[in-house]
Amino acid sequence: MTALNELTLAEARDKLAAREISATELTRAHIDAIEKARALNAYIAETPDHAITMARQSDERIARGEAGPLEGLPLGVKDLYATNGAHTQACSRILEGFKPVYESTVTANLWRDGAVMLGKLNMDEFAMGSSNETSCYGPVASPWLPPGWSQEQARAAGAGDKKGLLVPGGSSGGSAAAVAAHLCLGATASDTGGSIRQPAAFTGTVGIKPTYGRCSRWGMVAFASSLDQAGPIARTVRDCAIMLRSMAGYDPKDATCVDMPTPDYEKALGASLKGRRIGIPKEYRVDGMSEEIDALWRKGIDFMRDAGAEIVDISLPHTKYALPAYYIVAPAEASSNLARYDGVRYGLREQGRDIVEMYEKTRAKGFGPEVRRRVLIGTYVLSAGYYDAYYVRAQKIRTLIRRDFETAFHAGVDAILTPATPSAAFGIGEKTSADPVEMYLNDVFTVTVNMAGLPGLAVPGGLSRDGLPLGLQLIGRPFDEETLFSAAHVIEQSAGRVQLPASWWA
Amino acid sequence: MSVDQATVRRIAHLARIAVKDEDVPHLQGELNAILAFVEELNSVDVSDVEPMTSVVPMQMKMRRDEVTDHAGAQAVVANAPLHEDSFFTVPKVVE
Amino acid sequence: MTAAANRTKFIKGATGDWEVVIGMEIHAQVTSRSKLFSGASTAFGGDPNSHVSLVDAAMPGMLPVINEECVRQAVRTGLGLKAQINLRSVFDRKNYFYPDLPQGYQISQYKHPIVGEGEVVVDVTPTEQIRVGIERLHLEQDAGKSLHDQSPTSSFVDLNRSGVALMEIVSRPDLRSAEEARAYVTKLRTILRYLGTCDGDMEKGSLRADVNVSVRKPGAPLGTRCEIKNVNSIRFIGQAVEVEARRQIAILEDGGKIDQETRLFDPGRGETRAMRSKEEAHDYRYFPDPDLLPLEFEQTLVDELASALPELPDAKKARFMSDYGLASYDAGVLVMERDTADYFEDMVREGADAKAAANWLINEYFGRLNKAGLTIETGPVSARANSAIVQMVSGDVISGKIAKDLIEIVWEAGPQADPRKIVEERGMKQVTDTGAIEAAVDAIIAANPDKVEQAKAKPTMLGWFVGQVMKQTGGKANPQSVNELLKSKLGL
Repeated sequence: MTALNELTLAEARDKLAAREISATELTRAHIDAIEKARALNAYIAETPDHAITMARQSDERIARGEAGPLEGLPLGVKDLYATNGAHTQACSRILEGFKPVYESTVTANLWRDGAVMLGKLNMDEFAMGSSNETSCYGPVASPWLPPGWSQEQARAAGAGDKKGLLVPGGSSGGSAAAVAAHLCLGATASDTGGSIRQPAAFTGTVGIKPTYGRCSRWGMVAFASSLDQAGPIARTVRDCAIMLRSMAGYDPKDATCVDMPTPDYEKALGASLKGRRIGIPKEYRVDGMSEEIDALWRKGIDFMRDAGAEIVDISLPHTKYALPAYYIVAPAEASSNLARYDGVRYGLREQGRDIVEMYEKTRAKGFGPEVRRRVLIGTYVLSAGYYDAYYVRAQKIRTLIRRDFETAFHAGVDAILTPATPSAAFGIGEKTSADPVEMYLNDVFTVTVNMAGLPGLAVPGGLSRDGLPLGLQLIGRPFDEETLFSAAHVIEQSAGRVQLPASWWA
Repeated sequence: MSVDQATVRRIAHLARIAVKDEDVPHLQGELNAILAFVEELNSVDVSDVEPMTSVVPMQMKMRRDEVTDHAGAQAVVANAPLHEDSFFTVPKVVE
Repeated sequence: MTAAANRTKFIKGATGDWEVVIGMEIHAQVTSRSKLFSGASTAFGGDPNSHVSLVDAAMPGMLPVINEECVRQAVRTGLGLKAQINLRSVFDRKNYFYPDLPQGYQISQYKHPIVGEGEVVVDVTPTEQIRVGIERLHLEQDAGKSLHDQSPTSSFVDLNRSGVALMEIVSRPDLRSAEEARAYVTKLRTILRYLGTCDGDMEKGSLRADVNVSVRKPGAPLGTRCEIKNVNSIRFIGQAVEVEARRQIAILEDGGKIDQETRLFDPGRGETRAMRSKEEAHDYRYFPDPDLLPLEFEQTLVDELASALPELPDAKKARFMSDYGLASYDAGVLVMERDTADYFEDMVREGADAKAAANWLINEYFGRLNKAGLTIETGPVSARANSAIVQMVSGDVISGKIAKDLIEIVWEAGPQADPRKIVEERGMKQVTDTGAIEAAVDAIIAANPDKVEQAKAKPTMLGWFVGQVMKQTGGKANPQSVNELLKSKLGL
């Protein structure tokens, strides 16, 4: 029999409903797996006692026939989400010791539906990063073995500085690694420029960034307000659909959250693609794209065509400006959003001779190098004399990027298929050169979606020559996550689920 | 556009982040790398384009004028590095 | 205004006349139950940090949601200032670090305010009226409060005010004297109180002014201005303008130049001084707040609010002058506070003659209220009672002198007192029965033959006789009848 933590979320749900297993034993199986997997550094705060209490309550509700849609299902929570009375630091030193007295709307929705919290997951500091190397808790190791490595080699590296092990992607690296390594049935994540889809692609998991406004941002530590969106990472398309249904929904506490009903996304699985039009944007065929990414993409197109979809070549001419525009808008918003971390009301405080010195020392010590860099860039592009040249121009380019997509959708395209990342996962420590832009290029395929506020989903499409997972991305019309789930389900069925090699960490 | 070291220092002060002298040159290099990267945007004609103001086109909802939040002073200062009674305390500020 | 009228406002310096130019930014706290972007109470006072929501304390992940009543209040105020209402406006973040600014930015409106250009008509004196241009009005968050005197080494921060809605009302530099500045703020305060959009309580900080002052030689281009921050009484506004203008003139006449800077007015020392915390150049990095969408509403909302607007002081004053025949000054005094104007109209409705009622209020009742530290609201005499008193005087039921005694009694007895009943019970009615008065006159003449002789030579002696008769009749005799009778009996 499959170990309980290796069930999919849907399977576990069905077994709980059938009373074949209990929420308590399911939760214990996960707690055991987490304890053995500390070398991955996926969890930065484990809450086993809390998890068992929640699981027992779930078992009682199941016994009473009052089970919610996620009853008894153990999940991990990205450290970005405020969890009442529990560790919440966005993996930054500046929030040292912070324990919120409130619960984020998205996690509150999960608990309302019966889910069990296993703990808080590692991430890039303030979600700024594409490799989970900027966390103040150190990098997360992907459960995937680096090509050519022995289990012993990986174990040794895992016990040490983790150099050479694979990154799980970022910023939701802890979420992706935990899901891939069966340390939870699913995890909350967040996506500002690709932080759900890129790690999902790197770890052979499924992740969806819903339409901007679908999930409440209330209680989620802000990085870039106009780009941030919550979403799940899970091992199957179905699991993502189940989780998103609970996470999403109108919240009057977030002025940018839309007031519209949340569909039952699971019902979209199995819908026919016959006659649906899938757009293939030529601008995503970037210079120097590797043959295997190109091959993956072609394979994805074949899956769509075989399922009866019509393949349409489209043009999204402003694609190449999305990443540079993103690196103006996101840091600008971040520089302002992170101004509240000043050592006055919570978190780290460094003493200073006067208030200004206290601020400067606190923020220098509390923020890591990548966060400092982005705050500085953001401050610069908003400063007097540069605002119009940078920020306003970038927001205009955002309009053009959205217009590109609108044109394609008006022409009858139902969804767009692209690769999720320009490469497979790389090694920890491999891309920490002096040029930060090298790392930023990871998000070249995903960031357009955030700039336009659209839904985007990453689903495994196959393995690289080295045996590492590669992901395909589906981009949809605003609030049409259902088509993405339908199409992703087809890819999942056609490509087959990516099988994680045997664990080296336990 | 690129930044000089004086600008790096000015921006760091504006952002209230202490920067050590020895860190200024490599920060300057990194910021300039990012600025060079975004330079590309200057080639786009944006003359008749409105900047994006709301990601989702909808009208902003307003809340009713009701007192609904009673966090309580204890909850407000619960995480404070320093507080006295229920005031936050900071190094003395001279106006 | 003509140049001639202006000249009287010039300040004389060693090198000749100087003109002072003043513009003002008024911060008016919006009357609302909860804050602009959070559901915390706006109640004044309270223990430190007790009226603070997690949003106001800028906890991680907290988001602003706008209060519809604050928007309506801003629109009402815009209408009251005869200003353009913008159906689309934008909230921006103004970024700077300060301990009482928890978010590290203030949510304000920079490029696209909710209210555009308008105008206020200000009576500087009973005979001089000026028009002050309003540049804009926008909504923004108030900051918290830092207390610097609680400890030698620390400042204490209380966020109770953090996030309370303010309207910043920016005037054009149309004011030319301390007197005009005072009159402008007084008028603006009156309008806000009429509208019910700000209580105007300056002691509680509900209304504060940033005063921009510059000086120039008449006809010269505008001089460099200094901004005097947070002046919190109308009297101080006048003093601040006065001392700041003289400070600038002294510098300029000394060959110096004015630095554009932010200053504080110290009422104790009667001087302004540069603010240390504002020394460095600011770069607020305004940009649209991405947590909020543009503020949009329909013209129908504006129309609905416009139709429900109360009669404003200018219109009321004009009506008091035309309908009741009041003098401009009297009408102006009565409309200063809405409650006062209503009280006056209640008196008229109860039957008092309008002019008599206005006189009585202004010359008698307001003085009593002032002395007792009371307002028209808290005073003990009802409009109905004051109306009755005025009516009795007009109808010769009581004399003016008795009226003063009567209000004393009514004041003590409280709002339930019925002056007519008191007059009846205490026999305070004026005696108009000529027989009774004649008897008193005859008795006085009979008893004072020497005085009668004197009066024949010196007619001003009449006053003495009148006094005696009034004394004898307990002040109730109709003075006119007494006069006439005495004149004829004394043969004057």
